[in-house]
Amino acid sequence: MSNPYSNIFRMAATKLRPLLLILSLVVLYRGHQQPGGGFIGGLMAASAYILYALAFTSAEARKKLPLSTSALLASGLAVILVSALLSVFSGEPFMTGMWTTVHLPFGQELHLGTPVLFDLGVYLAVTGVLLTIMFDIIEIE
Amino acid sequence: MSLIWIVGLVFFLAFLAPFIDKRLGKVSGYLYALLPAALFVLLIRLLPAIIDRHFIVRSIDWFPLLHVRLSFYLDGLSLLFGLLITGMGTLVLIYSGYYMQHYPMRGRFYFYILLFMGAMLGLVLANNLITLFVFWEITSFSSFLLIGFNHERPEARAAALQALLITGFGGLAMLAGFVLLGNVGGSYELTDLLQNGAVVKSSKMYVPLVLLIMVGAFTKSAQFPFHFWLPGAMEAPTPVSAYLHSATMVKAGIYLLARLQPILGGTDLWQFSLGLAGAMTMLVGAYFAFTQTDLKKILAYTTISALGMLVLLVGMGTELAITAMVIFLIVHSLYKGALFMIAGAIDKTVGTRDIRHLGGMWPVMPIAAVATFLTLFSMAGLPPFLGFIGKEVIYDAKVQAPQIAVYLAILAVTANIFMVAVAFLFGHGVFFGKRKDPPKIPKEPAIPLLIGPAVLSVTSLFMGIYPAIITQPLVMPAIDAVNASPVDLHMKLWHGLNLVFLLSVITITLGLTLFFFRKRATKALRKFNQRYFKIEFTDLFRRLVENFLSFTKRHTEVVQHGYHRFYLMLIFIVSSLLVWYQLYHTRGWGFQANWEEIPFYLLGISLLIITSAIGAVFTRSRLVAIVLLGVIGYAMAFIFILYGAVDVAITLILVETLILVLFVMVIYHLPGYMPKYSRPASRIRDGVIAIVFGGFMTALVLKAEFIKLSPPISDYFLKEAFTKGHGRNIVNVILVDFRGLDTMGETVVLVIAAIGVISLLKLKPKKKEEEE
Repeated sequence: MSNPYSNIFRMAATKLRPLLLILSLVVLYRGHQQPGGGFIGGLMAASAYILYALAFTSAEARKKLPLSTSALLASGLAVILVSALLSVFSGEPFMTGMWTTVHLPFGQELHLGTPVLFDLGVYLAVTGVLLTIMFDIIEIE
Repeated sequence: MSLIWIVGLVFFLAFLAPFIDKRLGKVSGYLYALLPAALFVLLIRLLPAIIDRHFIVRSIDWFPLLHVRLSFYLDGLSLLFGLLITGMGTLVLIYSGYYMQHYPMRGRFYFYILLFMGAMLGLVLANNLITLFVFWEITSFSSFLLIGFNHERPEARAAALQALLITGFGGLAMLAGFVLLGNVGGSYELTDLLQNGAVVKSSKMYVPLVLLIMVGAFTKSAQFPFHFWLPGAMEAPTPVSAYLHSATMVKAGIYLLARLQPILGGTDLWQFSLGLAGAMTMLVGAYFAFTQTDLKKILAYTTISALGMLVLLVGMGTELAITAMVIFLIVHSLYKGALFMIAGAIDKTVGTRDIRHLGGMWPVMPIAAVATFLTLFSMAGLPPFLGFIGKEVIYDAKVQAPQIAVYLAILAVTANIFMVAVAFLFGHGVFFGKRKDPPKIPKEPAIPLLIGPAVLSVTSLFMGIYPAIITQPLVMPAIDAVNASPVDLHMKLWHGLNLVFLLSVITITLGLTLFFFRKRATKALRKFNQRYFKIEFTDLFRRLVENFLSFTKRHTEVVQHGYHRFYLMLIFIVSSLLVWYQLYHTRGWGFQANWEEIPFYLLGISLLIITSAIGAVFTRSRLVAIVLLGVIGYAMAFIFILYGAVDVAITLILVETLILVLFVMVIYHLPGYMPKYSRPASRIRDGVIAIVFGGFMTALVLKAEFIKLSPPISDYFLKEAFTKGHGRNIVNVILVDFRGLDTMGETVVLVIAAIGVISLLKLKPKKKEEEE
């Protein structure tokens, strides 16, 4: 098949994918304090790959994914479950939020807790859901 | 070691089994036997404490709010069952090591059977009714998986489903009974309930709760008229029949009845129901066993008969009856487990288990023959086997039963006559007479197949000669647990010449007579069956299920018709009409609007939204319509930003974009322009519905501001988001923390939707030829 797509679009999709992914992770992390969160992050991450799939093919986009779409779905749910169960193992009721602060060099601090982990699960699941639906619809013959 | 660990270890091994099997291959089967063997020894070492009435109770909270505790209790009765489960389990696993070695999916088999073992141990050790119920259901479930293990066979699948439906139905009834019992007795703990028997018996709920629990016990223990799932369960591989469907699982109902006897027993209702069901089952089982030709079916029907006997004895509830029950329980597990293993061994080595193709086997398989006859003598109740003592005590219990002694004695003797005849039929049919035409050349079955029967038959003989060995440590504590009062018991092989011995002699003589006239008898009985017992319970049940399914299908189709547009229409019409009616009813038409406060740019955005909506309705191009819908979405996002809901705005913009892409992808597969698919009438109808629904939403939004039922929860969220949720973004804190459980559910729904899309788009419908 000859190339029916614009080269500019292809170049943009290639360069935007990592940028969008990084942005989505930033949005995911800062979601607890400022606008953002797992759902929005997941939508962004999915858009990065959907853009790529539109510029190239969905098969190419699937290759770029670190996990298969169904593995994304499963890992999203698994991360959510783990984040909810962590408190049970330390004797608290299901889904109690637990927080800790990680000190990074240069005086930075990472404020991490099970709700952030939960949000990561949402992020993964949303990405998986969107990509599953989109890729499958793109691939209709 | 804690009781919880006993159960937990078996479950743990069960989940490891498939992996161990992959690593170690065929030998792994024998290895699994080590765990029940170790647990058997462990339980034996707990015996002295139990004999001294130092019962063990262990519990941890499970659902404290619902008073459900994961609690365990070890007394004489649970110990006896625990020993049966682990002891038989050891032998059956050794047996399976050989029997199952060439089966595909062997790892899965061990997973199922160990899962069952753990659940069964949990069931008999449970102290909490709800805990007991959970384990009870796991045994039903693993039984289902094991009956249907040869799932390529449609018969196996049907039998598995039938067993699951019946035991599952019983389990639910039992759960309802348990809840009633827990409410009436004030606790779900058996140890508490055992103190409260009088309160339960005098309560108004006594009758319903007893009936419900009985349904559970009767379905599990294959009592008439639920008995027919058990012969069907013979589709399972033979180790399963030996273990679940003769020695352990089917006795769970007996266990439950015996366990609750001190709480519920002793009333007329209890004695009458158990007596009737037990007696019917005992006769039906023994009678139908006689005319079977499949070795496993013969054994299945005799098992039904034995279970009936056990229920009858529990129902009588006298000290002697309970003694007889406990002894017969041991006797039956020993001989029936052994016979099933032998039937399987013969099937494996000879290639058939149809008694019409067997015969004259004893010269080629002498060890199997000896083991078989030792067990059959026990089954027929001949001295000096444990079976003889068992039968003697049963007769003794019946003869001494108040009022109805004569009837009970006659019933028991009749059933036992058939048992004797069946025992001889079995042994003679397989080992003596003329050699028929078996598919494989007969030879001695492999050693692992004979270990189980040999151990069991020798145990039975040994216990028959030295009955004191089981009386003191095993039988007494168990009777003690059921009777809830200390008993004094002396078991002997020889009781002297009395009425009971006379009944034994009559039984054996008549049984032998029936055996000698077997040809004529079976012929006559088959003819009799064909004329008067034409009802096949299995068919009846299948038809019941089918009718129920077609009934529900017809009624579901009315509501769930599968037309998306009609679902939407129905939702729109019903919800908007309800709201309109309420507005009309309360005369709540008026609302205040302060037009001056609305900034000019909002008016502009609103105008944009309205124009796009009208355009979307009237355009002929799909693409234009969708882009216009997108414009509406973006404009709404702008409004959200103006009012400070940045999170919502970002989400909306992203979603609108993605939906646009999605629609474009779908449109690609549709014709470019919208021809007039719908008639003017339906367009008008849709327009009316849309306006009514849109008006309803508008009214709802305008009115929502004036409705204050209770102080809004948002104040709480505002106050606590940072202190309790560690976050300044309240929307996010609500989503992932305060209302995290909702989000969890929503995520699961999303994932299910995605899987639904996969199944719609990726799984191609089968072609017609493939389906047939």
